[in-house]
Parts: sequence; structure tokens; C-alpha cells
Amino acid sequence: MSDDQLQSRLGALIYDAAPESTASVQLRSHYGLYVDGVFRDGAENQHFVTINPATEETLASVTQASAHDVDLAVRAARRAYDDVWSTMPGAERAKYLFRVARLIQERARELAVVETLDNGKPIRESRDVDIPLAAAHFFYYAGWADKLDFAGFGPAPKPLGVAGQIIPWNFPLMMAAWKLAPALAAGNTCVLKPAETTPLTALLLAEIFEQAELPAGVVNILTGDGSVGAAIVDHPGIDKIAFTGSTEVGRQIQRHVAGSSKHLTLELGGKGANIVFDDAPLDEVVEGIIDGIFFNQGHVCCAGSRLLVQETIEDELLRRLTRRVEQLRVGDPLDKNTDVGAINSAAQLARVEEITASGELEGATRFSSSCPLPEKGFWFAPTIFSNVSQSQRVAREEIFGPVLSVLNFRTPDEAVAKANNTTYGLACGVWSEKGSRTMWVAERLRAGVVWANTYNRFDPASPFGGVRQSGFGREGGRQGLEAYLDV
Amino acid sequence: MSKVSSTTSSSVARGGAYVTLAPRNEVLEVESEAQLRTLLSSLSGVDAVGLEARVAKLSTRSLKQSTKLTALDLAISMVDLTTLEGADTPGRVRSLCHKARRPDPHDAAVPNVAAVCVYPDLVSVARDALAGSRVAVASVATAFPSGRASLAVKLADVREALAAGADEIDMVIDRGAFLAGRLGRVFEEIVAVKAECGAARLKVILETGELVTYDNVRRASWLAMLAGADFIKTSTGKVGVNATLPFALVMLEAVRDFAEVAGRPVGVKVAGGVRNAKDALRYLVVVNETVGARWLSADYFRVGASSLLNDLLMQRYKQRRGVYPRSDEFSGD
Repeated sequence: MSDDQLQSRLGALIYDAAPESTASVQLRSHYGLYVDGVFRDGAENQHFVTINPATEETLASVTQASAHDVDLAVRAARRAYDDVWSTMPGAERAKYLFRVARLIQERARELAVVETLDNGKPIRESRDVDIPLAAAHFFYYAGWADKLDFAGFGPAPKPLGVAGQIIPWNFPLMMAAWKLAPALAAGNTCVLKPAETTPLTALLLAEIFEQAELPAGVVNILTGDGSVGAAIVDHPGIDKIAFTGSTEVGRQIQRHVAGSSKHLTLELGGKGANIVFDDAPLDEVVEGIIDGIFFNQGHVCCAGSRLLVQETIEDELLRRLTRRVEQLRVGDPLDKNTDVGAINSAAQLARVEEITASGELEGATRFSSSCPLPEKGFWFAPTIFSNVSQSQRVAREEIFGPVLSVLNFRTPDEAVAKANNTTYGLACGVWSEKGSRTMWVAERLRAGVVWANTYNRFDPASPFGGVRQSGFGREGGRQGLEAYLDV
Repeated sequence: MSKVSSTTSSSVARGGAYVTLAPRNEVLEVESEAQLRTLLSSLSGVDAVGLEARVAKLSTRSLKQSTKLTALDLAISMVDLTTLEGADTPGRVRSLCHKARRPDPHDAAVPNVAAVCVYPDLVSVARDALAGSRVAVASVATAFPSGRASLAVKLADVREALAAGADEIDMVIDRGAFLAGRLGRVFEEIVAVKAECGAARLKVILETGELVTYDNVRRASWLAMLAGADFIKTSTGKVGVNATLPFALVMLEAVRDFAEVAGRPVGVKVAGGVRNAKDALRYLVVVNETVGARWLSADYFRVGASSLLNDLLMQRYKQRRGVYPRSDEFSGD
């Protein structure tokens, strides 16, 4: 057989467009702020639009909250805390949370489509990951609401009060669920600020709170830019700040909170290492690496953005990996067969482009998928840098895009040393068929999460969070309650 | 074993250097059982959780419109229409053959199936009924389904099927020997049957449901290919667990890797339990995204089934006319 015949002609069965219907979605042209149980205009009547990053079309106009709106929201949350939520029996709070979880499931299709429209992520992911996990978090923490005595923090642990929660644009609804569900289960009330570029599912969640008849003020949702987050952080009526986002902003928040009585948890950036030993199950390794870095266009704080591969299999793994990357279907996020969607914003695309350019300048070998990219919208072809050294920017900085950096190692000690040689410490993956070695490595990794023979797996029962510049505090599991209890 | 010559790459290779496969056309000769054992145990392991997750993800692929029509026709052309019952009669086999030649008598555009698969004593009936058609006659042999007979008996079984006009032989491996670690015995039996087959196509049934683990299935796949199999096949259809998507994926990965190293494409046949069009299309998606175009033909992928054909016809009708036909639109057999 000739080379030509052997040449893999993958994708021979050409998939026709299979777009998810948007019929379930009826977005309003304009959204107000959700404060004290009602949608209302902002005090300063300022608006901005949120766009679909895949087409650059406007989806809706949303309200830019002001410092005055933050104050109204915090006061509403305080009243709800004092009068209703903190004194309500846990079993009653649970009923609301179960109701919210069920409503998320009932409106799952609509939420998935809106998430994909606003964020740019493939519908397969919003449908199969984001929305089910958001519902699962509410279900999980609903179960804790009347069992806090048994959470391991002593008898009758008390809530903290009013929580200010600032979330990122990469998993908009899921992050809202990660923040709100444990806070509410523990008896806190909340002021939540979704990201500027992805406010819509949080606003649909506000509609769900209305449907669930959640008491007014228990959750308040304020849209806007970074100034809203800053006003929440600085507001004296807030007892707790929970932030997920960049390390840089996390640092600013920590400075602002210092010296106050506010509790703080931070879930920040990462530069996760996927460590592959030469006895690893190679086909599953390839899938795991792909999931690790190209899931959600690499807009994942725990992304496996560094691949550390044992030198003996480096060429073979790279060959398989690039073949697989060529197969990824990049394009219309609403198409059910799309694997990689749009970059969330022009600003993020510029950042990804800037840092990948530096990778080439610094001498790393670049491979990018030859997939065609749409003309409108923000797109970046899945990319792999090989021959990367530890000192290069693509190995050190969080890119937060579909870009993988490949480094090699020779011994387990070297793998651990390289994996730990980062300022971050959020997540790592270890791939080996030898359990004892996996455990040996896992014990030595400085990371909040270590996955074995898998990557980017999430479950509400499993605590998630980082060490070092990836932040502190845990979300998920029994441990996730600690962030919202006075312990 | 799976080591391939090192990749040379230019600095920016958009879809270029890395993805070029490097076939080595190695002559993989097995000289001893010890060597065979070493070779098979050097194969990469399979992580069951990851494998099943991959299959689950591929199962969400959505085939619409012309893709679905193409895939349904492709699936029809890959069917090995099968009857393997103690109660089989010449009349039943003839009826099946008519169906195989012309699955939908009202629509000449429907392709014929790939083969009719019967026991050796009914091969001559099928041969006559299929005369002048492009449908092949396949016969199970080698003491199907258990394979519990001497090599002499198995070879006689094969000779008889071939003499009666079989184009393809579906043999079973000695699962007992495989599970006991007697790999040489399994290997030699396949080699002997292959020699007997001559130009006839040899499909080697691994009986994945009895090998149980994915690692076993990967090793048995390589063993069969090294011994000369033209096809590797999942199952007899006679045990509790027959074809499954994860087993098929492991086997497709094996034929992909084997083709790269040995330069010879080996086909895959799934059999048993594929009853509806939806399942069949899922297999085609796994083929499409694991091994690609070359395997999307009856030369390299088959589905052994009986009731599947009518559901494929039913879905084809629906896809073309927008409504489902009456349930008795298509003949029962």
C-alpha cells in the first residue's frame, strides 16, 4: 500500500450542519439589575451590550450597575439575611435550593443555548457539562442545608452574613452555581456579579429565583464591568468575598480586603501540568490531553496547558496528538458536532495571539490545526508548541486559550520538579498504568487537584481549589461549606 | 512495537509535517510464542474509563440530512445478513438471499448488502441463490461458536465451506487457550485456517464478551492480525455480551496502529446486538473518527446482523419521504 493510500483521510463522512434550535430562547432586549427580588433599572441608567463572540452580533442590552446599586443590593441582602434566610430552618432553605435545581433542569435546553450564544462554547459542552453540573451543585448543597451540624465544623455552625461573589466568563452559570449553592445552603445571602461579557445566564438564573419564589433579597445580581466588582469588594456591609478569576485581580482584592473583617476565598489562575509516563494508556492519554487543553477553548483555570511527557514516547505521542488535533471540529458553537468554539472576546483573543507570537519568537515549535476558521467572530486554531523550555513564556504564563506547551522529562523526580516549577498550583494530571507511581507523584505535586488517568473531571462532591498563586479556599464537597461558615 | 520513526517538523506546520503518517511496511514475523508474548505485552494498555468516555462523546455526534442518508446507505452496504440457527432451512436461506440482493424491491437505489452469512452446510444453497449478484457468501466455520474441536475438525469445516462456494470464512479463536496464556496455539490455528482459506477472506472472531477486558481485546486483535486475519470480528452473537462500541473502538485503534506499522489495512466486523439504525450509525461515527475513509466501505467494515436491515430501510424511507412506512412495508426476512 502506498503512503498516499495509508494517509489517514479522517472526516470522510462529512457531517452536515446540525444546529441546536434557538426556539426555546426568548431573550429580552434589555435586562435590569436583580435587586431585592425584582428586576430594576440602574440608578445611573447606564447600559452596555453583550454580544455573541461567534458572530459579534448583539444579544441583549444589560445594565451597568453603579456604587449606589451595589449599596442597594447589599442592604437588600442584609435585610433578607436578618429577617428571613439566616433564621429559616435548614430544611426549609433546602426546599428552595432543590426547587432551583429542578428549574435549572427544566430549563436546561434554554440555558445551554443562551450559555453558548453568550460565551461561544460548543453546545455539546454547555448541554452536557455546564448546565448539568450547575443543577448538580444546587442538588448537592440543598442536601447539606439541614445537615450542617454534621459537616465537621462543630455543632450549629453559623453563616457569615452577606457574601459578595464575583465570577468569571468561562463557565458563567456553573460558576454562579458553585458560588451561590454552598453560600445559600449555609444560610448566607448573596450579591453576585457575573462577568461583563457573559451576564445572560445569571440573569436567567434570577428569573428562576423568581419562579422558585426565593425570598426577596436572598440573591441579588448586579451586572457591569470591573468597577462593580470593586464596589462590592469595598462595601462595608459585605462579610465575605468569593472571587474566581485572574491572579492579578485576585491580588488587588486581597489588598483591598486586608485589615477588614471580610472573609476571603480566591480561585485564581493556573498552569496545570499533565504528566505522561511511558507506560500510560496512549489512546486515552491523547483524549485526556485534548480534553485538558481544548475543552472550553482552553478557557479553564485548571486547564492542562503544560504537557510533560517522558522523552521515550515524546515523538510518538506528539504524532498522535497532532493527528487528533487536526480532527477537532472548530466552528459554529451551536452546531451539535462542534468540538471547539469561539474565543470569548476580542480582548482575550488578542492576549492569546500575543503570547503565542512570543512562543514562536522564543524558539518553540508551533503546530496549529489547519481547520478553516469563520470570518466573523473571535477564533483561534487549536495550537501545540513543542520543544518548549521551562523558561519560555508559553511554559510559565497562563494563556487561557487553546494552546498547549509540550515539555519532556526523563525521571519521576524530574517530572515532579518541572510540574511544581510554576507560581501556580491549581491542577495536575498523572498518566500511568502503575498505581504506585501515580500515588508517589501525586503526593509530591503542589496542586489543589490531581487527576489520575483523566483530566477536567468535576463533581459537586469533590472539593476544588488551588494553592500558591492559584488561590485558597475550596469549592465543592463538605470542604466547600467552610468558605461560607463562621468556623 | 508502536514506536514509529521520529517526526521531523518545520517550525510552523499548519496541518503539515506532524500529521503525515510514516508507514514502515515492516515485515512482522512471529518466530516463537515467547516473542509473540513479548510483542503483545508491549502494547499500550487501555484505560476503561477513558475509553468509555470517548465512546460516549462520539455517540453524541448528530448526523443530519444528506450525511444521514449517506450513512444509512453505507450501513446497508456493510451488512452481513446473518442466520445462524439450528432451525435454518434451505428455504429460509433462499429467502434471506433474495432480501440481500434487493433489500427494498420498490427502490432500486438501495444498495445490496455485503454478504449473507450461514453455517457451512447451507453455503451451497446461498451460493445458488446469490448467483450473478455482488453479494458474497460468508460461512462461519471452525466449530462455531465455541471452537471446541480439534484443529483437524476445524480445518475440515473450513474446507467444506470453501468447497461449497464460500467467499469468506468467519472463524472463532480458541478463547480457552487465549485465557490460559497459550498464545502460540491461538496464533497457529489462525495461521493454519488462513492457509486453508487461500484467496477467501478470513474474518477472525475474538468473542470479546468472553475475553472481557479491553487489554485482552487489544492483544487478541494484534495476535489475529499478525497471524494473517483479513478482518477481526467482535463476536459470535451467541454469548451474553456481543458487540459494544467500546470493544469496537479498541479494535479500530488496533487496526489503525497495525496498518501504520505493517502497512496492511485489516477490516473490522461488529456482530451481535446491533439491532437498530441509530446504533449502526454510532459505529460508523466511531469508524469515521478513528480510522477514517478507507474503512468506510464494506471491504473494511461490516456489521453482522439480521433485524438491523429492516430498521435501516425504515429510517431510509423516513429520511427520504418524511414519514415512517407501515411496519410491514419491508419483508420479515
